[in-house]
Amino acid sequence: MTAAASGGRARVLAQIRASLGRGAAQPDMPTPLLGSAPRPAFTGDLVERFVGKMLEKSATVERLATLADVGPAVQRFLASLPGAAPRVRVAQALSGITWPDGIEVLHGAAVREDQTSVTPCRAAVAESGGIVTFSGHATPSTLNFVPDNHIVVVHASQVLPHLEDVWALWRAGGRPLPRTVNIISGPSRTADIEQTIQLGAHGPRRLHVLLVEDPQQPA
Amino acid sequence: MHPARTALDDTFPKRVGIAIHDKRLQAALDHASGGFVARRAAQVAALPEFEALRERARCVKDHVLANLDTYLERYEAEVLKRGGHVHWAATAEEARQIVLDICKAANQGRGAKIPMTITKGKSMVSEEIGLNDALEAAGYHVVETDLGEYIIQLANEPPSHIIVPAVHKTRQQVADLFDEHHRPLGYTRQLSEVGEMVDEARQVLRGHYFAADVGITGGNFLVAETGSSIIVTNEGNGDLTQTLARVHIVTSGIERVVPTLDDAVTFLRLLARSATGQETETYTTLSTGPRRVQGASSDLDGPDEYHVVLVDNGRSKMLGGAFREMLRCIRCGACLNHCPVYTSIGGHAYGWVYPGPMGSVLTPLINGIASAYDLPNACTLNGRCQTVCPVKIPLPGLLREIRRQQFASGLTPWHIRRALQAWAWVAQRPRLYQALTGMVMPLLRRLSGGSGVLDALPLAGGWTGTRDLPAPQGRTFQQAWREQQRAAR
Repeated sequence: MTAAASGGRARVLAQIRASLGRGAAQPDMPTPLLGSAPRPAFTGDLVERFVGKMLEKSATVERLATLADVGPAVQRFLASLPGAAPRVRVAQALSGITWPDGIEVLHGAAVREDQTSVTPCRAAVAESGGIVTFSGHATPSTLNFVPDNHIVVVHASQVLPHLEDVWALWRAGGRPLPRTVNIISGPSRTADIEQTIQLGAHGPRRLHVLLVEDPQQPA
Repeated sequence: MHPARTALDDTFPKRVGIAIHDKRLQAALDHASGGFVARRAAQVAALPEFEALRERARCVKDHVLANLDTYLERYEAEVLKRGGHVHWAATAEEARQIVLDICKAANQGRGAKIPMTITKGKSMVSEEIGLNDALEAAGYHVVETDLGEYIIQLANEPPSHIIVPAVHKTRQQVADLFDEHHRPLGYTRQLSEVGEMVDEARQVLRGHYFAADVGITGGNFLVAETGSSIIVTNEGNGDLTQTLARVHIVTSGIERVVPTLDDAVTFLRLLARSATGQETETYTTLSTGPRRVQGASSDLDGPDEYHVVLVDNGRSKMLGGAFREMLRCIRCGACLNHCPVYTSIGGHAYGWVYPGPMGSVLTPLINGIASAYDLPNACTLNGRCQTVCPVKIPLPGLLREIRRQQFASGLTPWHIRRALQAWAWVAQRPRLYQALTGMVMPLLRRLSGGSGVLDALPLAGGWTGTRDLPAPQGRTFQQAWREQQRAAR
């Protein structure tokens, strides 16, 4: 606590309690609100909905049969971009992927010169289209924001209906939340100049989803 | 009170006059407001659960506010558990000092001679506490990274909208600003397309993200369950700010805490739809403590230090009175976009950082009821703001309550008090009232000379100066009522 803040805590809490008409802290946490919040209902296939929502939000999606198809798919994606270097910054968590000759693979956190990254995700959300990533030693979160092109590997089995389902999955794991949780719905965009939508404001200009149909979970 | 970058002298009526005659501002406002209203309406129509979500959000907020101390302490404990720091600021001045102290410590650890760079994501609390001026006065190089905030920083103006701060700027004005400020950096091309401008800002700001030692962001929500701060952006600027700097500081109001991650999702569903008319914003990010350092599982990126500055600045007092409901506000800006006054005069006319209906409540409550007499009185009480508010804040009722308090504390100008007293005296004497209206109506009709409109009227120049007053037609209401009752019998 800094010098300026000394006593700030006590004064703020005292004023809150005075305004609430009680002098001291409550001994227990309040009883949580009854009932649960409404979750937008939808029908149909989860994966189809996820794909549709990501496309709506200006991401591109390629569907692959197995994880072995990821390397060639990344190579094709890079070849389709004029001037893209055949170099990718890959999250260590995807070490199981075999890369075709001609692609240079780097690991570690992103640096300014990186053009393209390839990352896994912790889960994906069908409701409104989102990719959820957890930061960690094998999944640095700079890979999601620094490069121009962000390629995400999503397994079909990772697609969940709502964000609440991702929290339930995390709670079941019994570990603290990581430093950074990102929910990503498309490439970076801005409408700050005359409400004209422009992709690639500060984060990636392109978000490319490689949807792997096999049931195998990533490492 | 330290106003944030306020170069806005003049009185409210003068600022309104300037705004209404500013053709570029009017064009920008016309262009913007229609789009926001239509996009929000489309999102609401596409989500049958929207009303139920509003009701749930209202309940969650009321529950948190009734137990605010408990949830803040729980939140604080979780942040500490994850290695973060929590600072409590009772006033704007304390908040500035806390941030300055953190920056000073960061600067001392650096040893470099050139001024330390501080990047900033968009934060209305930082505007409220006048943080940029304080940081710049201390010699730091402060860079706003949200494109809209960056534009108004170059223009040295406060935001004119809480979501789209540069909504009042045309693309030509932005091109001119970039030419002026980027030319010395070697960017000499004259820009005309929005895409080119976004690209140039992207390149300029890239350097700052990597150079920054401190990154400051706001916090849309603070989660008591996990000690996380949540930011929501479309650009990804907040993420680069809070991930690449060595020290991450979050400035947030004490009312932003929610109990659980699931509760946060309820608000996320409402926020994007209400703010920009999107189903969801591009990036939603939870930050929990600093980067983890635990041997093999250490984070490869993220800040070494994580600080949260909880700003009170009048909020804990609001909790106790007639204005508690204002603390439900999630700063979405829907009330601005739907306000006929805001969409006519823009944000700067309001004179401080919070404009529109929410600003007309917050500004007098934070800065003192005497400091912003005109704002609550500029409201037409049409009620559209309350209809669209995602947390059901009764904004017209709160504005009326401020007016009542202004009257009770003698702030209402004498001529309005006298006029109201005179009207009240007459209105409480029905016979006199009827006699007077019975005389005035034919008089006004005669004054209109048969044309049915009056273009001038003594004591009503404020009205007739810019429009015609329709002359009363037929009988008074009382006369018409009596005749109708007689006919019915």
